[in-house]
Amino acid sequence: MIGLEVHAELLTESKIFCSCTTKFGGEPNTHVCPVCLGLPGTLPVLNKKVVEYAVRAGLALNCTIANFSKMDRKNYFYPDLPKAYQISQYDLPLCSNGYVEIEVDGKVKKIGIKRIHIEEDAGKLLHENTDGSLVDYNRAGVPLIEIVSEPDMSTPEEAYQYLTKLKSILEYTEVSDCKMQEGSLRVDTNVSVRPVGSTELGTKIELKNLNSFKAVQKALEYEIKRQVKVLEEGGTIVQETRRWNESKGITEPMRTKEEAHDYRYFPEPDLVPIIVTDEWKEEIRKSLPEMPHHKRERFIAEYGLPEYDAKIITSSKKMADFFEKCVLEYDSPKAVSNWLMGEFSRLMNETGKEIDEVPVTPQMLAKLLKLIDNGVISGSIAKTVFEEMFGTGKEPEVVVEEKGLKQIANENELREIIKKVIAENPKSVEDYKNGKEKAMGFLVGQVMKATKGKANPQLTNQILKEELSK
Amino acid sequence: MAISRSEVEHVAKLARLKFSQEEIEEFTVQLSKIIDYVNKLNELDTENVEPTAHIVPIYNVFREDEVKPSMDRDKILMNALYKENGCFKVPKIIE
Repeated sequence: MIGLEVHAELLTESKIFCSCTTKFGGEPNTHVCPVCLGLPGTLPVLNKKVVEYAVRAGLALNCTIANFSKMDRKNYFYPDLPKAYQISQYDLPLCSNGYVEIEVDGKVKKIGIKRIHIEEDAGKLLHENTDGSLVDYNRAGVPLIEIVSEPDMSTPEEAYQYLTKLKSILEYTEVSDCKMQEGSLRVDTNVSVRPVGSTELGTKIELKNLNSFKAVQKALEYEIKRQVKVLEEGGTIVQETRRWNESKGITEPMRTKEEAHDYRYFPEPDLVPIIVTDEWKEEIRKSLPEMPHHKRERFIAEYGLPEYDAKIITSSKKMADFFEKCVLEYDSPKAVSNWLMGEFSRLMNETGKEIDEVPVTPQMLAKLLKLIDNGVISGSIAKTVFEEMFGTGKEPEVVVEEKGLKQIANENELREIIKKVIAENPKSVEDYKNGKEKAMGFLVGQVMKATKGKANPQLTNQILKEELSK
Repeated sequence: MAISRSEVEHVAKLARLKFSQEEIEEFTVQLSKIIDYVNKLNELDTENVEPTAHIVPIYNVFREDEVKPSMDRDKILMNALYKENGCFKVPKIIE
């Protein structure tokens, strides 16, 4: 059984209890003030947008929104926590009882969401120093939502699908940018095993240091095998926190930072309770954008995309937006979708870039596709051009010009090259004339080789046939 | 006793406080008296009473999501006992 806890930083401009910026990066301790440092005499004031964003996420995740909610203090000592307590929510979270639908092996499964609460992020410890640790409080007080799932997932694949879906919904609702590499989305997971048919819960192990969804999946796979092996050998699972070691591909025990997990929660006296009226809730509901599954259906109906394409393109809002902008300029949705799922995604995976970090704009992709249609470049050369655009942000026609990639569509020029290829390959010409169709493919290949792929394919075929029948 | 010795030791540990055996003894008696006194409240029937989160009937005190300048770093670090590279410096923490 697998349960996941996801922390997502909210996309507000300012922190949860003060007016410092939430911007990522920045010199250490330049985004701090007496409030987020917890200096004596300061008082927190809740950012209204934090409540709105959390409610928006809750509505998108089918949660019940609490009419009455309050903040609580979670007490523990750690240097990244300036007040020695974190302002969080304990027994009355803003949202509860939601769910996400995932698809595994073609079947839809509901994964319950137990609760979503709002809280403040902690600072960052830098360990580079040998005789001490350095603390940067820029992140302290950045608003977070913690999304706690029910232990409804039974395989690492389901956990992966849940996270992918959750991320997509959070991005769609624009409450978080979900950048794992910047720590704006963080995942902890609980996992326990039990014999088939048993209803008794196994001992829970918490896994940390999961830096990507793939890491979550791999860590779970490893951890489930480990637990099964321990039990099969007659051992017992000890409740503990383990850390995923990415390079070794194993989980290992972690020293806990607080020996007693006794947080002594109590109502935060510096903040008054939150009441979300039905009116406010409906207002937020109206601000929700089109959700992934609706968009998927619309893409099938409006653009005639196959279901598979529509699913992939709409899994990220940014990609869906890119697609729609590109189709405005180039009216062949399927071609655009092929490029997005093909070359575009391949290069994004290779470089680890998100679509909005790539210098290629929808207009640029549309121009590239037009160049193919107009016969300026061939489809295979277009891939070379695209790679250059992806790396440099240059316009397609500039790349074609600079690299001399223009297709050879001049009949006389091409005929000369073809004649030469025929003269150099008497054996293949002989084979072709004896009825070996394959020889034709070889000759076309030789023409492409001679022109570095720039020969117009249709014209090449036509001229070759003409020359060979002479 | 409303509170045991080991509970006092536990609470002291959570609060990072060190006490002598005598002090622990003394606090156990004192804290027990305080808890006994507060326990009087348990005599009241609270069956249909909502737990109180806040004593004043005020709700929804918010600020708008607006960024204002943060404090100057030199000022921020002025009272820090130890500092380095624009950071607060604390005893080494190993995870």
